[in-house]
Amino acid sequence: MGFFFEVFVGGLLAGVMYSLVALGFVLIYKASGVFNFAQGAMVFFAALTFVSLVERGVNFWLALVITLAVMVVLGIAIEKVVLRPLINQPPITLFMATIGLTFVLEGLSQLVWGSQPHGLELGIPDVPMEWLSQSTGVNISQFDVFAAVVAGVMVATLALFFQYTRIGRALRAVADDHQAALAVGIPLKNIWAIVWTVAGFVALVAGLMWGARNGVQYALTFIALKALPVLLIGGFESVPGAILGGLIIGATEKLAEVYIGPYFGGGIESWFAYVVALLFLLVRPEGLFGEKRIERV
Amino acid sequence: MLYREAGQFKSSYAADQQIFPIRQDRIAVGALLIAAFVVVPLIANQYWFSAILTPLLILALATLGLNILTGYAGQLSLGTAAFMAIGAFMTYNFELRIPGMPILVSFALAGLCAAAVGIVFGLPSLRIKGFYLAVATLACQFFVLWALQRFGWFSNHSSSGVITAQKVVILGYAFESAASKYLLTLTIVSVMALAAKNLARSETGRAFMAVRDMDIAAEVIGIPMMKTKLLAFAISSFYCGVAGALYAFCYLGTVEPEAFNLDLSFRVLFMVIIGGVGSVLGSFLGATFITLLPIFLNVLFGAISHLSGFQIPHAWLSNIELIIFGALIVFFLIVEPHGLARLWQIAKEKLRLWPFPH
Repeated sequence: MGFFFEVFVGGLLAGVMYSLVALGFVLIYKASGVFNFAQGAMVFFAALTFVSLVERGVNFWLALVITLAVMVVLGIAIEKVVLRPLINQPPITLFMATIGLTFVLEGLSQLVWGSQPHGLELGIPDVPMEWLSQSTGVNISQFDVFAAVVAGVMVATLALFFQYTRIGRALRAVADDHQAALAVGIPLKNIWAIVWTVAGFVALVAGLMWGARNGVQYALTFIALKALPVLLIGGFESVPGAILGGLIIGATEKLAEVYIGPYFGGGIESWFAYVVALLFLLVRPEGLFGEKRIERV
Repeated sequence: MLYREAGQFKSSYAADQQIFPIRQDRIAVGALLIAAFVVVPLIANQYWFSAILTPLLILALATLGLNILTGYAGQLSLGTAAFMAIGAFMTYNFELRIPGMPILVSFALAGLCAAAVGIVFGLPSLRIKGFYLAVATLACQFFVLWALQRFGWFSNHSSSGVITAQKVVILGYAFESAASKYLLTLTIVSVMALAAKNLARSETGRAFMAVRDMDIAAEVIGIPMMKTKLLAFAISSFYCGVAGALYAFCYLGTVEPEAFNLDLSFRVLFMVIIGGVGSVLGSFLGATFITLLPIFLNVLFGAISHLSGFQIPHAWLSNIELIIFGALIVFFLIVEPHGLARLWQIAKEKLRLWPFPH
């Protein structure tokens, strides 16, 4: 029972890490209807920029600020160069454009900073919490808890930001209906630039967490693929959905790996999350919190 | 002037319904086929056959397959490479396990296997659509590659799932030289492209397009949704499966499952988008563009470093190529979102009047 609990909680905490990445997707999809495949590349780009700055002797906090500034510039540039000329194109065109963007970002980050993997130290060791192990015998990593807290704080901040600020209200209006938002005088291009900037910030945080976990390397771009089933379950438009989806995926994936995996000879984590998501979709085609679309002829 | 259909009267239903109703189109297609079948084999060399022309045709076939699904039936799929992998590995197994199996029959059977898997993974399309479906097809991509690596049966228990394609022999003639493989590929691709062109203007093709434009409206006018969508998945997967078989047997020779990774799926999707969604011609144009672009960039950088005497480090080179490739795709989408096929249409409009516009 203790072992089951350990695997379960470990899965939940790993799921939070997926949620961090999924959050970036949701933000952009919500505000602009763009399925931003470049989110993984943005995570990689942010993490690599940060870690390279730190390795060159820049102070931790200063590096954080510089990276954030870079992500802001990147967000604005993407809006200007890629998105604005593509307004009113079908979603698949915008999707393909973000795949093109992925290539550019991957090439750019490796061209500037080199392609060797880096280690990243955030000062929180990835070791089991001692007091918990001693009192209950359950091993839960200190780092995982830290990541979960960071993700929780971020979601809370974003939720408050969306709910109570002027910009947040504008964001929700744009998400609801581009044209109606334009008609009441919301500047669409500013809103998009802001959303991409916020997504860049989320990418930075996700990059730091994943980078500290697995090292900052090219494989970081693939975590975007891990975040996609989370989106399917949570719904593409929902911030809480991203979190809950992450928890579900994380927990079932870990449990399946331990309890079902051996029957298949292991290695099922590459597709198991997708199958879970598919089964979910059969019951709820728009995910848990996705917007239900009423279709008329 | 050059491309004017005025004066070409159709006096029978057969004339009205032929594939290329305009004479200039017939001449152009005929000339293209003669060029591909006769002129190219006379002038091309080994490198052109094995490194450019054959893969180009094979990828064009896969693009055609995806275009049937995405362009005509409107179902976005990111699992193309998985269907290609099924085609390649099943052909290998049919050849390996059934003695004296004709290779063309193996290709067709492998295509049918891919179609069967396509139907299974097409089932979610009945419930979900758009990007939800696209992400769901990723499940197919990952699951198939995992299964091919995991279960040794598919690769006859070779290490890490590598298979070596058997010799391609048809009626006692062994297709061994690059030129003969090119001609075999070209024949198969031509026949299947013709079939696709016909499919697009048949009842099935019109049903696909109705589903693409609005599936609820299509259902209301009596198009069976399940049959149409699953048929689209099946036909598309069949094309991709045959393309995959050719990829292994006429192009690479030795393949591992990883050759059919997500990158390949994306490349095929790029070919569809850049070439033109819902266009047979576009599939070929897109495949040509995406295949030749990296080669062109390579040659260009080679020339630049040769001329300026400045040796660009190799690590830089691949990254710069990546950046330019990505940037060009974004550029193309901005300049011509409807793809190269649309450019060709515009050119035809112009040629209709040129050189006397008034």
